[in-house]
Amino acid sequence: MDSIPRPRPCLTCVLGALACFAAVWASFAWLDLPFGELFAASALTDMGRFVGAFFPPDLSPAFLAKVASGTLETLAISAIGTVLAVVAAVFLALPAAGRFGLPARAGARLVLNFLRSVPELVWATLMVLLAGLGPFAGVLALALHTAGVLGRLFAEALENSPAEPEAALRELGAGPVSAFCYGVMPLVGAQWLAYALYRWEMNIRMAAILGFVGAGGLGTILYYELSLFHEARASTVIIAMLGLSVLVDTVSALFRRGRLAAQ
Amino acid sequence: MSVRSLRDPAALGRLGWSIVALVCLWPLLVIAQFRPGALFEAGNLDAMGHFLAGFWPPEVSGFFLQLLWTATLETLAMATAGIALALLLAVPLSLAVTRSLSAASLAGGRHSLVVSAVRAMLRLLLVVLRGVPELVWALVFVRVFGLGPAAGVLALGITYGGMLAKVFSEILESGDLRPARALMEAGSGRTGALLYGLLPGVSQELVSYTVYRWECAVRASVVMGFVGAGGLGQLMDQSMKMLNGGEAATILATFLVLVLGADALSAWLRRRLA
Repeated sequence: MDSIPRPRPCLTCVLGALACFAAVWASFAWLDLPFGELFAASALTDMGRFVGAFFPPDLSPAFLAKVASGTLETLAISAIGTVLAVVAAVFLALPAAGRFGLPARAGARLVLNFLRSVPELVWATLMVLLAGLGPFAGVLALALHTAGVLGRLFAEALENSPAEPEAALRELGAGPVSAFCYGVMPLVGAQWLAYALYRWEMNIRMAAILGFVGAGGLGTILYYELSLFHEARASTVIIAMLGLSVLVDTVSALFRRGRLAAQ
Repeated sequence: MSVRSLRDPAALGRLGWSIVALVCLWPLLVIAQFRPGALFEAGNLDAMGHFLAGFWPPEVSGFFLQLLWTATLETLAMATAGIALALLLAVPLSLAVTRSLSAASLAGGRHSLVVSAVRAMLRLLLVVLRGVPELVWALVFVRVFGLGPAAGVLALGITYGGMLAKVFSEILESGDLRPARALMEAGSGRTGALLYGLLPGVSQELVSYTVYRWECAVRASVVMGFVGAGGLGQLMDQSMKMLNGGEAATILATFLVLVLGADALSAWLRRRLA
């Protein structure tokens, strides 16, 4: 069986794997996690008592109504935040795609990078200062971060779309606005919509936890009930979040399958 | 040609849909307490103005930078340890829930009812693991393990374990099973068939997705501190509560470097893998 040549050892693979193991080992060593105590017998009974406190969830009608209104607020925050983000993203994507010269392009890209690098939750803490506690701060936070993400994606779509239809319209005497609306929008519109819907899906999940820093929605209720040690109520809120996430997943999967079937 | 025929024939429909959208949006605006006026109220503007004015100069004292460095390392370590934990959870789970890897599928026999039931239960478990946001897990775990990175690592491990398991099983499901079947027919065991028949075809995709998730984990662990789970977020939370603009500015700059750095590293690694 000597006829089959042995594969040559891949040095990069071995080094890469070693580097990964070293990073993981260093991380656990640096964090010094108390996992040993965690799984000791006394900790396990404590843990059992803690988990037990979450069951059964509080299903009293008054609290369920509160959770339902929190869910509605979460959906509203995500929807309005995404709509605002789309508007801002369009205005930032035009210069970022190089339509107003190179300096404007660099400037717009810098703004977009900044907007999207600051996490939603950090924007939310800043917006709570600016707009006060409540869902409006959450709307602004989602809008700012999502504008950065969508602006970059929109600009890429613009740059990748063919320039001829718009140029043809301009040569026929159309104004810049109508040339854009009828020469570019039909090409990029569907893709922009797909990006926006995808971000909306992510924003629904995010809006559920923005309340931890006081920006409205389900998170506000969860944070409040947990800090009062009302575990049964917290468990209801967590189930609502899980339900929301599963619902969004299912709807988006159905929608995607429908789109694929239509194509 | 009359002026009428030059009009956009679709304009009326678009106008109609825009009005319908606005009518649907209106109650949402009310629920979300959309009041742009609040931004320009004197009290709010003052608070924000003072805070922003403090942003310059950023805090660069040696003591603070020392704190910042420790917190940054803690954030990166949390993300890496979290992903390692997630992999530990995801590998067995993904192998268990992948239908096409079951003995019955590979041997071409019938699926037993018990095995299918167990698989459905595990799938349900995955939905719960990844359906609850990592920050919620962290908030709950902080109550058990106290303030610090342990809660963050466990939260990341659980949520990302669920996500990785789902995507791994999708990748395995879409892989080419013929080499594995051929190995089994030639008498190899199931483990051998998996390692030599299926994994070589899909390993790049698996590794690439794991690297992408690590990048997401860095972003997630940056904010874990807001619920007390250690890292840069905790430092940010303290500075914000004390309205210390200089410190907030330095931490924000660190966020930018960390997020963009993880972004670039992950993009480079995935390009090399592709």
